[in-house]
Formats: sequence, structure tokens, C-alpha cells
Amino acid sequence: MNTSITEISELKAMTRRMKLGALEMIKAAGPKGAHIGGGFSCMEIMAVLYGSVLKLFPDKPLAPERDRLLISKNHCTLAHFPALAEAGLISRDEICSYCTDGSRLIGYPYAPEIGVEYSGGSLGMAISVGIGQALSARKRGLTNHIYVLMGDGELNEGSIWEGLMSAAHFRLSNFTVIIDRNRLCYDGTTNEIMSLGDLSAKFEAFGFNTVNCDGHDIEALLGAFSDKAADRPNAIIAETVKGHSISFAENRPEWHQKAMTDEQYEQALKEITEAE
Amino acid sequence: MKITKGTVRSWSRLGQRATFFAGALPEIAAEKEDMYVLTADLAQLSNLNKFASLYPERFINTGIAEQNMVGIASGLAMEGSCVFATTYASFIAVRSLEHVRQHISHLKLNVKLIGTAAGVVAARSGVAHWATEDVAFMRSLPNMRIICPSDCNQAYQAAYYAASTDEPMYIRLVGTPNCPMIYDENYVFDPDRISILREGSDAALLASGLIVHEALEAAELLEQKGISCTVADVHTIKPLDTETLGRLMSSHKLIATAEEHNIIGGLGSAVAEFKAGLDNAPRQIFIGMNDSFDVSAGSQRYIWEQFGITSNKIAERIEKEFDKR
Repeated sequence: MNTSITEISELKAMTRRMKLGALEMIKAAGPKGAHIGGGFSCMEIMAVLYGSVLKLFPDKPLAPERDRLLISKNHCTLAHFPALAEAGLISRDEICSYCTDGSRLIGYPYAPEIGVEYSGGSLGMAISVGIGQALSARKRGLTNHIYVLMGDGELNEGSIWEGLMSAAHFRLSNFTVIIDRNRLCYDGTTNEIMSLGDLSAKFEAFGFNTVNCDGHDIEALLGAFSDKAADRPNAIIAETVKGHSISFAENRPEWHQKAMTDEQYEQALKEITEAE
Repeated sequence: MKITKGTVRSWSRLGQRATFFAGALPEIAAEKEDMYVLTADLAQLSNLNKFASLYPERFINTGIAEQNMVGIASGLAMEGSCVFATTYASFIAVRSLEHVRQHISHLKLNVKLIGTAAGVVAARSGVAHWATEDVAFMRSLPNMRIICPSDCNQAYQAAYYAASTDEPMYIRLVGTPNCPMIYDENYVFDPDRISILREGSDAALLASGLIVHEALEAAELLEQKGISCTVADVHTIKPLDTETLGRLMSSHKLIATAEEHNIIGGLGSAVAEFKAGLDNAPRQIFIGMNDSFDVSAGSQRYIWEQFGITSNKIAERIEKEFDKR
């Protein structure tokens, strides 16, 4: 592991800007609310991906040799769109158009030209598409990497396990799934609703090179992304907190999707601004 | 390949499935580099062994995982390849349907879904293996072209057509070996035109798939009773050739649709939806599976009898319509 202190502090600063951008999006979305819980659980994951891991070409956004990130748990546009702005794929101003009439930044968009490679949201489906892209990349001799970001509640979907089985069978070392392990789904905790058991053991048993890390620790995430196998697909299980960094939303299922009052907005702004 | 009397005859013996997968696809792949064929553990049954041994790097077997197969097909197509994905019609059109909607239909992907054993080809297997609503599901999805070949020659040419265009497509293959021949070696498949096989003046019989052959025989029977029938092969159920349909509507007293499919959502519905917009259109009768799974299993023809889609039953039904007048 040989990450510079500068890189870590830059990614931390990026994460903070993204969180502030997310607050603006929450405001723009108005009384219908936004997916706050699952957006804030993967801020650091998204910052590390767009700030360090993904090979992208903002001037040539559809270059075949770009890395692909398919966001299967698409209930995290609050983290994704600010990250796209950081990566130079959209403007910082555009994220404020979130969910307004005519905006391309809707709940579950599809817009590869700005880095939205997949219209997820109906859960459990992106993994198979990513496997198709990984097979295609390998056949074409490309050296890029395909990433699929999934929620942990999403792992209840059966077709995911069809995908995992085949990624291992096809020995897709150019393929990585990231699990945002926030332990909450819409109706409650993943343990109460449909327990997932020992996820690491499951991914290992399915033939994945599996790494666990603290999903809010930039350095740990950088380490996890650099630990890739040469002969099999990879899984990163990132332990996270839903609604992370907003005290009243942390670990609270009701903040899966919700609007903020003006007071709550001010409090969230204060907490994010004053956080270390 | 040049189509001759001999090839048409040998395809007919092999059936649509072997013609499509062992005949057309390996030939197409020889010309078209960027193309894949996917199956969900039905390579043997679909006669894909030849393709798999000729082009192993372009053949993917996903195991018994139809959703994953259609998802992988989508990913390959998003990267620019032409992808044929196949399994039983009942599975590809139902189990995988959300992948078809979210990816292939929504994003207009270059994926050709090939459903095999459509209709009640898997007669004795029972309802679980029948595909009697696949056209309805596929037809409700934007951008999908739906082709239901009536014989092996048409199935062969439909494969070439599918490979020649980027549009999403569902091809519904019916027919076991010894498939009746509708077209001779001079036939040229026109994906945008209903094929008129017989001209008459009283009833227009619109059919698809194997029922085209039954419709032709029904027309013969009706001729003897003094009822003159047009028989049209509506091989492409979506988009419909409304120009030809409009002409048939204005020149006949009765429209009859006959299909190896539920009467809801298939060819009959497609024709009725068009007809509803016309001012002076003739009556339509819907012949097909009568929206009920309460059918005794047995041979394909035994089930067809119960649906009323054999030549005799079709003729009886139309004759009754004319008796009423």
C-alpha cells in the first residue's frame, strides 16, 4: 500500500464537497425527498472510485478503454452525481437541476455520455450486464475493469447469485463487485428482513477474491481496490452506515427516502461543514 | 448459401430449430465477426453444437440461468456486438422478461432473442413448457420486432435478416422436424410485408407460425363449401404491415386470425388494435388458445384440436360464421 497522504487528504476534501453537493440536490428535489440513507452510505466509495480508481476520459467519455461502473443500487444518485461533477463529466451547477422537469439527472437515468453507464434501480440486474461487458472487454483485448456497485439488501435478489456463479466460472479477473454493506433495507435491518449470513464466506465460496474494509475509511478503500486477483473476480465488502455523517439519519431506516425540513437541512450542513 | 429445392426440402426435414441454429447461424458467423450466441443449457437441444465447435470464443453457455443469460447478452450488446440468445420461448419471454424490458427494449440493444418450442411444441410436457403468451409479453415492449416464421425457409432467411440489422428482436421458433413447406426456393423474405399466399374474396385468414399451413388447408376445405378465402402469412407481428392489412380489411367480409398462442395479446390482438381505428371494418374472429389452461395434454395436434387451430376446426368455425348471415 503506497498511497500518499496528499491523495488521502484530497479524497477526503472531495468527499466533503460531494456531501455538500448532495445537500443541494436534496434541496432541489423538494418535498418529494431523496434517497438520503443509501446516498450517504457510499460517499467515500464513490469518491475513491471517481477520484482515484476509475480510468475515465472526460474528453472522450465513451472511449472503449474506459473503466465501467454500473450502479446497481441506483438509490445513491446523491453520491453519484456530485462524483460525476468532481470527475468533470457534468458541471457542478447541473447537479442542482436534480429531479426538476426536463433534467437528465432523474432518479434512475441512463446517460453513458456523462458516465451514467446503467439505469439501475430495479435491483439485482446490473451484475449480469457487467459480466457481459467484462466478457466483451476480455475478448476485445482491452485492459479496462468493470465495477458493479450493489447494496447489501439487494443481495436478496436471486439472479445476483446466478451472476456471481458465472463471473467465477468465466474467471473474470477484470470484474469487481462492491457491496455497500450498510445493513439496512427499506423496511428495517437486513438481519430482521432477510438475513445475509456470513457474506465474506458466501463470496469466497462462490469463487471471488473477497476483501472486507471500512467503507468510510478512504485509505482502507484504496487498499481494498488495489487488492485484485489475477485469475478470478473480486468482491469488496465495504462496511458502511446508512445516512452516514448526518446524525439524525444515521442507521435510521426511515431516512431511506425522505425530504429534509429547513432545520434539518441547516443541521446537516453544519455537521458536514464542521466534521473533521 | 444459395437456396435450392434440395436445401428447402432438407431444412423442412430438420425443422426450424436446426435450420436456424445449425444451418443459418454458423454461416452468418463466418461473415460476421462481432457476433455471439448464448444459450442457457440448451445447446444440444437447439442444435448449437456445430456453432459451439466452430466458434467456441463466440459461444457462451450460462447454465440454467435465463435471467443471467439475457443480462449478459445485454452487456455484450452494449459494447457493440450482435448477440443471439436462446432458450425455450416460455423461459426467454417470461423468466427473463425484466431484463428484456430494462435493457434490450429500453436501450434498443442489438440482441435477438430466439424462443424455441414456442406455442405447444412441448405438447406432452404440459403447460409449464408451453409458450402461449410470449408474443403478448414481447409485443407490449417498445422497440421489439417480433417474427414468427411459418416454415424453415422463412426461419433461415429471418436469421440473416436479424443479423443484418441492429434492432432488438424476438424470433419465435416453432416446429419439430418435418415442418411443412410453405415457400419454395424462389421465396425472398420481406420483413416489412405480409405474405399473401392465396387470394379470395369472402374471408381473410391471417395466420402465423405453423398455423399458416393449417390456414391454407382450411381455405381449400372452405372453397369446396363455396367460401372464398384469402390466406395471409403474418410472419412479422410487430411492426404490423398495416398497408396490406388495410387492403385486406376493405376487400373481405370477415377477418379471422389463427395462431398457436392465447387469443389475448398475440396476432389477433395486434390485428384488432389496428382494426379498431378503421371506420368500416369487417367482423373479426379470434382463433387460438381460448384463454384457458384447462386443456388435456397430448400430442401437439391433439392440443391444436382443443384450441380450434387445426385446418378442420378453422374451416368449421368460419363456415359457421357464414351460416349465421
